Amino acid sequence: MSLAGYVLGLADDALVLAQRTSEWTARAPTLEEDVALANIALDLLGQARYLLTYAGAEEGAGRDEDALAYRRPSSEFRNVHLVELPNGDFGRTIARLLVFSAYRYELLTRLADSADPTLAAVAAKGVKEVAYHRDHAAQWTVRLGAGTTESRRRMGAGLADVWPYTPELFTEESAALVAAGVAVDPVSLSEPWLAFVSGVLTSAGLVVPDVAAAPGGGRRGVHTDAMGPLLDELQSLHRAHPGAVW
Amino acid sequence: MLWEVFVRSRRGLSHVHAGSLHASDAAMALRNARDVYTRRNEGVSIWVVPAAEITASSPDEKEQFFDPAGDKVYRHPTFYELPAEVRHL
Repeated sequence: MSLAGYVLGLADDALVLAQRTSEWTARAPTLEEDVALANIALDLLGQARYLLTYAGAEEGAGRDEDALAYRRPSSEFRNVHLVELPNGDFGRTIARLLVFSAYRYELLTRLADSADPTLAAVAAKGVKEVAYHRDHAAQWTVRLGAGTTESRRRMGAGLADVWPYTPELFTEESAALVAAGVAVDPVSLSEPWLAFVSGVLTSAGLVVPDVAAAPGGGRRGVHTDAMGPLLDELQSLHRAHPGAVW
Repeated sequence: MLWEVFVRSRRGLSHVHAGSLHASDAAMALRNARDVYTRRNEGVSIWVVPAAEITASSPDEKEQFFDPAGDKVYRHPTFYELPAEVRHL
């Protein structure tokens, strides 16, 4: 895999989850949570912008961040399936944020030492943001898991919904980029990720779900049925008004 | 549960009341305060206090509380020179 392809995967995970998370804006359970989720979405969008710009430059085909975000079909998006899943209820949203931000925290922590100075800089900036996202999700997981019967049921159900999509996060991608010290080996993230997440689940009185892995394939451009409608909305303004700017 | 939020904008200044918010407990109140009141780089420190724990002066007591200080000009630190390097006073 090329460096541009690797960076695109990092960018698309952030872009697609930013889009999903922003769907909560004006619909979150409380005003405070509405602002919190909007902040998280904007953090991820910021990471996506740096990474898309860098992927476009590395690709060398003259595509900027807008061209990559708004003019690619689903089959060219390289995000994992976890981030494209519909939000579901608040329990599932928090479960997804927990497993994803715990993964991205481990990833960016190591990517901050990348031999590629641009990736290292973007990762060093992003890890502070993602540390907060991870904490936010962990705080809610504990409160929902140890809260009422209903909150506990929903938190557990949300976790079971997203868990099959977690093995895809730790699937080997580019051995050459890992060997060059540019990319992080996703396989190496699995153990510290599980240690953190299972610690949170224990505090919440929940257990790691025992469910089979989903097929995956997002990094190859194979996506779930949820991806089409998500992109339709993400790209609708650009389709209606090509080249529109603020 | 209602919480009052106090934010210190930078070192050397005091915490200033920024507003209030709802949260289930202190840890969530602190995080909500971070999200609601410091998202535009307003702060370096946050206090959250249960609103019910604040004892406030009553508007009915305004006259006896505050009016007597109105004509005590000698209590103001205006009768000596202030060194130029002293700020925030």
